[in-house]
Amino acid sequence: MKVTVERAALLKSLGHVHRVVERRNTIPILANVLIRAEKSTLSLKATDLDLEVTETIAAEVSPGGSTTVPAHMFYEIVRKLPEGSQIVLEASGDRAVLSIRAGRSRFTLQTLPESDFPDLAAGDMTHKFKLVAGDIKRLIDKTQFAISTEETRYYLNGIYLHVAGAANTAKLRAVATDGHRLAQFELDLPEGADGMPGVIIPRKTVGEVQRLIDDGAAEVNVELSQGKIRFTLGDVVLTSKLIDGTFPDYGRVIPLGNDKELRVDKKIFEAAVDRVSTVSSERGRAVKLSLVAGKLVLSVTNPDSGSANEELEVEYEADPIDIGFNSRYLLDIAAQIDGEVAVLKLADPGSPTLIQDKDAKGALYVLMPMRV
Amino acid sequence: MIPGFCRDCLTDAPPAGARCTACRSPRLIRHPEIDTLAIAHIDCDAFYATVEKRDDPSIADKPVIIGGGKRGVVSAACYISRTFGVRSAMPMFEAMRLCPQAVVIRPDMAKYVAVGRQVREAMRALTPLVEPLSIDEAFLDLSGTQRLHGASAAKTLAKLAIEVERDIGITVSIGLSGNKFLAKIASDLDKPRGFAVLGLAEAAAFLAPRPVSFIYGVGKAMEARLQNDGYRLISDLQRADEIDLMRRYGVEGRRLARLAHGTDVRVVDPSRETKSVSAETTFNKDIADFTALERILWALSERVSRRLKKQELAGSTINVKLKTADFRTRTRAASLSNPTQLAARIFDTGRELLKRETDGTSYRLVGIGVSALVPANEADPANLMDRRTVDAEHAVDRLRAKFGDAAVVRGLAFDKEEES
Repeated sequence: MKVTVERAALLKSLGHVHRVVERRNTIPILANVLIRAEKSTLSLKATDLDLEVTETIAAEVSPGGSTTVPAHMFYEIVRKLPEGSQIVLEASGDRAVLSIRAGRSRFTLQTLPESDFPDLAAGDMTHKFKLVAGDIKRLIDKTQFAISTEETRYYLNGIYLHVAGAANTAKLRAVATDGHRLAQFELDLPEGADGMPGVIIPRKTVGEVQRLIDDGAAEVNVELSQGKIRFTLGDVVLTSKLIDGTFPDYGRVIPLGNDKELRVDKKIFEAAVDRVSTVSSERGRAVKLSLVAGKLVLSVTNPDSGSANEELEVEYEADPIDIGFNSRYLLDIAAQIDGEVAVLKLADPGSPTLIQDKDAKGALYVLMPMRV
Repeated sequence: MIPGFCRDCLTDAPPAGARCTACRSPRLIRHPEIDTLAIAHIDCDAFYATVEKRDDPSIADKPVIIGGGKRGVVSAACYISRTFGVRSAMPMFEAMRLCPQAVVIRPDMAKYVAVGRQVREAMRALTPLVEPLSIDEAFLDLSGTQRLHGASAAKTLAKLAIEVERDIGITVSIGLSGNKFLAKIASDLDKPRGFAVLGLAEAAAFLAPRPVSFIYGVGKAMEARLQNDGYRLISDLQRADEIDLMRRYGVEGRRLARLAHGTDVRVVDPSRETKSVSAETTFNKDIADFTALERILWALSERVSRRLKKQELAGSTINVKLKTADFRTRTRAASLSNPTQLAARIFDTGRELLKRETDGTSYRLVGIGVSALVPANEADPANLMDRRTVDAEHAVDRLRAKFGDAAVVRGLAFDKEEES
């Protein structure tokens, strides 16, 4: 195998695929990236057995061939080679090494045979649809923060992507929750997604997809089946296993009947919550919201350090209420509100609160209050 | 004349002679600093065994061992059984080999906790500065209580020993000195039913001939390091320069330098917090089977949860400890996003950790603990997806409080195999 490729192109691709490789690996081949050269293309592939990323770039190839080398080391070498250089990769069949040359630099890396490299064997995908990259990015951005990190409820360790609503008004909806907060975002149902199974996309996959998107206007092909999902973004193909579990019936915890409505300037609210929570302990202690007509008082009391409170003018006409929230959770949600006005719909200090962006219809958040 | 008094009737001791002039008791104690020292370490003598003997006079003059099953370890050995070589923490089978005629009693923790609390109450009646170290030992600072009690700290302590013996029915050993380090050493000098005074003036000479490992916190690794650097005895440390020790061992060096001279600046801190709550058990037979281990883990989780709830604590780190058949210890930990005190959550998290370790390895011990403790009011925030776990567990707790622990038992806990 002999390949000549531009450093910039190779670095960008390696940047995409090498991140999939876990730093600590018990199976040696999983630390490697698969390099395959054929017909003036070079393709790179990395996997952690749950997630697989392949990228194909143009290259001069003669003759073709394939091998695997340690991914992180290969990436570091390419990164440190001078900008604008041409890189020559060469492997001969009889020695288990890959040589990397650029200018006067020359490296050899130990290789493992291609035949050992695992394949995710995606199988047949039952549903295919296209989305604008910017939409996928928003879908992820708005919900990712609420994904649970606790492994005991593995079925919450991802974003639940599914079709919601009646046939003619159906939406493609993403939901994530860790039990303390829930985030929901929806898009118009793309053609082809109708009838797709609800799938739980693992956290790591979600993060990788998010990072692969650099052009919001580009088109992304999504294919999925019961057990796998594949995203194709230009030259990059990401295939992932899905979480095999049942996402809980989240609909019943979304409080649509909450009648106490608070409208507040999002920026002012966010800054005030951030300010008062300075005195709380590092484990996000509660911030108390005391509401009376036209006025919101935010307060935090930390027996170890002191207290803080701040008064805000708000739109509020319902009965007075005192309610507490984890300040970090409140800030996480505030950060997702792009519009100027945040709408909080409250019921009582012990029941879930609904939070929405006044201008954005697609997103909603549910937050469980804390005792104060 | 060296001041002192009689430990039975508290009369001041005569200038000379081995017996009290008032009650003829031989239990006189004399020490040059006895009127000024005020920091004490009190340790109940063979606590569990003493409590059992108190409750069953027929075993009073028999060797008694408190411990579980034939595979467990000795939790406490009475002084009679100790003459056969039985020691606490010794494997049960070895204890039985040394002293086959011993009366073996399963530990009744609830009872010991109750008695321990009575003793602690008696201590707190003397000073608010009581720092419990465990169920049966504590530090007391009696500084400034002379006028309140109308007696020196030493006499107040002797009176406490008399009262505990009379009212609670167990004996204690008292170590009196000027700081915690020396007081703890002193309480070991005269046992059981002892009272030892270690003066500040004699401390350095007392410590000098002892090995460095005599200082608490100096374990095998530190001892080896110290020996390698030429510090074998405490006297070697006494001769060394504090700055030099600090240069070599950092903050630990300063601590060693000071303790070697008998100086300890730690105060008696009554609010010293619990750092973790845990429970563990050793099996009669090694277990490799996940279902069997899981069932035991559940029982332990319930125990830990009960103690957390009682102390109004919760924690966000769950630790699982396993000891393999060949005595290797494995510990695994996981963090929760919010602190918990619920048996169900402790167990669920512990179970995941346990699952990864059940790879056919045989274990002789399993334990589970909760650390990173916070007050319970920060625990188990309401959960959107699962409001029932919390409510259900609290409901079960209320039922058990009313009708006893057997009123509600989780399905998993049935078909019990031998646990310990």
